[in-house]
Amino acid sequence: MKALVDRKKCTLCGVCVDVCPFSAIIVGETTIEITDECTLCGMCVDTCEFGALSLPEVGAGPAADLNAFKGVWVFAEWREGTVHRVSHELLSAGRVLADKRGVPLAAVLLGHNLSEDSTKELVAFGADTVYVVDYPELAHFADDTYADVLVELVREKKPEILLAGATSIGRSFIPRVAASLHTGLTADCTELDISADGLLLQTRPAFGGNVMATIICPNKRPQMATVRPKVMKPSKQPAHQGEVVPVSVPQACLKSRVEVLEVIPEKDQTAKLTEADAIVSGGRGLKKPENFALIEELAQLIKGAVGASRGAVEEGWIAPSHQVGQTGRTVSPSLYMAVGIAGAIQHLVGMQSSKVIVAVNKDPMAPIFDVATYGVVADLFEFIPAFIKKIKQERGD
Amino acid sequence: MHIAVCIKQVPDAKNVRIDPDTHTLVRQGVESIVNPFDLFAVEAALKIKDALGARITVLTMGPPQADEALREALSRGVDDAVLLSDRAFAGSDTWATSTTLASAVRKLGDVDLVLCGKQAIDGDTAQVGPEMATLLDIPYATFVKKIEMLDERHLKVTRQTDEGMEIWKLPMPSLVTVIKELGEPRLPSLRHKMRAKKAEIPVWGVSDLGLDPSAVGLAGSYTQVVRVFSPPRRGDRIVLQGTIEEQVDRLYHYLKEAKVPGI
Repeated sequence: MKALVDRKKCTLCGVCVDVCPFSAIIVGETTIEITDECTLCGMCVDTCEFGALSLPEVGAGPAADLNAFKGVWVFAEWREGTVHRVSHELLSAGRVLADKRGVPLAAVLLGHNLSEDSTKELVAFGADTVYVVDYPELAHFADDTYADVLVELVREKKPEILLAGATSIGRSFIPRVAASLHTGLTADCTELDISADGLLLQTRPAFGGNVMATIICPNKRPQMATVRPKVMKPSKQPAHQGEVVPVSVPQACLKSRVEVLEVIPEKDQTAKLTEADAIVSGGRGLKKPENFALIEELAQLIKGAVGASRGAVEEGWIAPSHQVGQTGRTVSPSLYMAVGIAGAIQHLVGMQSSKVIVAVNKDPMAPIFDVATYGVVADLFEFIPAFIKKIKQERGD
Repeated sequence: MHIAVCIKQVPDAKNVRIDPDTHTLVRQGVESIVNPFDLFAVEAALKIKDALGARITVLTMGPPQADEALREALSRGVDDAVLLSDRAFAGSDTWATSTTLASAVRKLGDVDLVLCGKQAIDGDTAQVGPEMATLLDIPYATFVKKIEMLDERHLKVTRQTDEGMEIWKLPMPSLVTVIKELGEPRLPSLRHKMRAKKAEIPVWGVSDLGLDPSAVGLAGSYTQVVRVFSPPRRGDRIVLQGTIEEQVDRLYHYLKEAKVPGI
């Protein structure tokens, strides 16, 4: 199968030829031709301003009865006695989808010794129903138990949409849920909407964030997506009413084939990159490992985490757990400061969705300035100490 | 022990850039590489082979030229390679990809351990490993930075999570997806390079895997891309000029105004 060309619409302008990453488009005499190199990536489709290109539709047949599925669900992530912030964000996003669709919104909370405050809070963030599954076997996360319990509930209650945070937990077990239910899953969404006929429009970055793709799951239910933390805005509605429903599941769902031997929380708080609201990252421009002290001092001052470019990690100046980018962590804090980082694409991919980006670099041509909200062309060894001094002065330290 | 490593050929992200004027992807000079995370998976398999002895088969699904990715794995010391290639595989989403790879692992027959990179750098979904394990009905562990053998039938794996680390005991057969901390992949050796060059790599298509053409590729996919577009440009960009003091004052002022946390 290949991309489809509408010969009546094609003007032979050739724009798509340059866009195709696989060189699969050739300009013929009367129309363009798609070669066997086509991987159906879809890059050409949106480029064509004449609407001449399209992709063939997915198959896998229509599901038995799409109308049997109703409601929006959010998997609420229980961690160390609290619900992860991303679950509140998703409930707020889910509320919008549910209202547009005119269906109820539910949260599903799995764990053990789940507090009443947490379930009430899920209602305050918009849930009409909170399903609570509380078993000692769920005290700690394991892919098989968490997935099998969720699959059991979905089979019974049939929601049309199921959302979860794209955290280390969500990204790990949600694919098992989707595969068990034989339905589609879109990872790492940054935008969600719903069409008039109830299709979840799931938008996510692709090709390392260079393009955005909107994806649908036309024939299977539930429509499933993981959503990046810190992208959706949590909004509390204290007056919102909802019910809390304890749910029991068959014992078979609670049996895990893996055994958790040990859980070692990260001692180094500075490495908790994905959670941080502010991050100061250092790169090769720091020149030697000792100079990371500058980064650490600034990070501590603004209560932020310490990040690093791949270059700095490869030099051995800092542990890999601090690495931001394609082979490291993807972050989107309110403030990201890139210090002495040139901005290779693999780094930009991991931080370009941050709200405010500050870049400090000597080279005005450095690609990091392309994504920076505020670019400071300066010697970091002069600028950073002066900036630290300024913050301290303003605070009256 | 028989280890299957699943790899993917991807465009080299280092060379992908955005044209500042048209804001489209510039693909000139973009080469294909083996997904970096998959090379960590190859290295993980080789480490087990070094310590305990193992046979390693590397698999990839892709167009005929994905053969190069397999030869690269062979040149690093992997024993065998199989290319899963068929026009019918085009347009696969993660489900259809997992279906195809899982069938190939099943066809290999005696696999004790399946290794994958945590995700591919073109799609970044991290879904194929877990979906494949589900289809094969074997347990799995994701984002693993260390693999040790506990006994003949059990692995001890160290997972990196958002919160820290977890150590899990995993029975075999099972599937593990690995991250960078597992260790830099070794370089190809001359001996293995020679072997890789000459190796005859079998190609398995839909019929070899006993799959229905409607179960693979776009036909077998559940998700569909309906729109691809350039990400919105970031808002106004401000370059701060002047002396260091002026730059410091202005940045502080802007960040304060933007109500950035910590400032």
